Amino acid sequence: MSEKKKTEQTPILKIEHMNITFTQYDRGMRQTELPVIRNLDVEVHAGEMVAVVGSSGSGKSLLAHGVMGVLPYNASMGGRILYCGEELTKQRIERLRGNEIVLVPQSIAYLNPLMKIGSQICKGSKDEKVKRKLRDIFARYSLKPEVEELYPFELSGGMNRRILISTALIEEPKLVIADEPTPGLDLKMAKRAMEHFRELADMGAGVLVITHDLELALETADRIAVFYAGTTLEEATVSDFEREETLRHPYSKALWRAMPKNGFGFVSGEQPYVKDLPGGCPFAPRCGRCTEECRKGEIPSREIRGGRVRCLHLEESFAE
Amino acid sequence: MKLEIKNVSYQYTKDGRKILEDFCLTVEHTERVGLIAPSGYGKTTLCKLLSGYLLPDKGEILVDGHPLASYQGYCPIQMVWQQPELAVNPRLRMREVLLEGDEVEERIVRGLGIEEDWLNRFPSELSGGELQRFCIARALGKRTKFLLADEITTMLDLITQSQIWHFLLQEVQKRGIGLLAVSHSQPLLEQICTRQVRLEKQ
Repeated sequence: MSEKKKTEQTPILKIEHMNITFTQYDRGMRQTELPVIRNLDVEVHAGEMVAVVGSSGSGKSLLAHGVMGVLPYNASMGGRILYCGEELTKQRIERLRGNEIVLVPQSIAYLNPLMKIGSQICKGSKDEKVKRKLRDIFARYSLKPEVEELYPFELSGGMNRRILISTALIEEPKLVIADEPTPGLDLKMAKRAMEHFRELADMGAGVLVITHDLELALETADRIAVFYAGTTLEEATVSDFEREETLRHPYSKALWRAMPKNGFGFVSGEQPYVKDLPGGCPFAPRCGRCTEECRKGEIPSREIRGGRVRCLHLEESFAE
Repeated sequence: MKLEIKNVSYQYTKDGRKILEDFCLTVEHTERVGLIAPSGYGKTTLCKLLSGYLLPDKGEILVDGHPLASYQGYCPIQMVWQQPELAVNPRLRMREVLLEGDEVEERIVRGLGIEEDWLNRFPSELSGGELQRFCIARALGKRTKFLLADEITTMLDLITQSQIWHFLLQEVQKRGIGLLAVSHSQPLLEQICTRQVRLEKQ
């Protein structure tokens, strides 16, 4: 899709300043607030596949649960979620999820272990139309019709992965959110799983894939949102990842350099734990360009060369 | 020191598929061997056989010319698993997890970037990358002669992957520990290994 066409449409999903906070009991009756996601922005257009890439334990799955309205009871969410230009309220998501907006969950643990695959995907419907559709989907994913009569535990990991995608396809989704669709699959299977989502995007849906595997995301997605310590530091197109210079944030650059094919370099330190997040830029403690300003206050998101970034030091790094 | 795998065969059930058949491989303690194959080709099975969790149906595994089973107590071949969450006892604090290793040196714990504060936490209070550092430290005990790394960094982000491998390479070179690394990533194996072996379908 051309760059111009994209900007003309309203995005299918637009998340603005999403915050997710957990309330926890610390010691005894004392409660603490745990800000797991802060100030997250992401946009998905029709026909586009966006990958949110972040390391494990950074709270990415909560993003999916937040959009679907299935956060645990002790979590609260702030910010704005727009679906097709309109606010996605609690009532609206309850109506839309499962048909227009679908979640492909992380693992087969989300399937009902006591229900046969066929009726599980059709949600118990005995309608001939739905059944025919199921057979089409099975044919597309090279699943045998016999699978309908099996239980989840009787299938291999790769097959179950395809079942999870089938559950999303039985409806005609406009927005598909996939939460870590590839762990435990070898490279070939993982690529195939990602291609299934690519197909969904090519058929016109907006696809948001949440993953830790940047290298894999680069092969299939259109845009990458770099997620670190609960926030998106950069939104870039896949082609920006071809060279270090076209990337914007120091963290994205560090990720690029850490790829085995790009020199396998590293920066020391760890992603900060949510309880002791630094003020300001979460990458500041590990960043070479960090100054006083980076450590205080919020870093605004800025648009630069067709992408978005939260960093104060762009002018210096991009003296073009 | 040499690790020899001689004509090893293995299948999980009596009339099931042969996972490995007449498999041979020799690894010197100065070598870092990369093992590459699609899933279902027996990479993890091979690692389990080598670290003594399984016994081969046929063939032998020799360390320094002696069968693996003759090493009483601590196994000189240690394995690090793909999912660290499943490889630690959830009821032990991380300090105790480290004690499961063979007198792990302070230097290793520091070198892997493990912070003092993490030692008092339970596994559920650490991220995958942090846990994997503990698992690696635990496997690098005093009597470890060979290290098996079964996709140890697939679950981690690229920077953590690079951090961990840089330390590991330095450590195995310094102590003359042989390394057998399993991964599906060709570029990664090119970075870390001295030679690569491709498992063929039986």
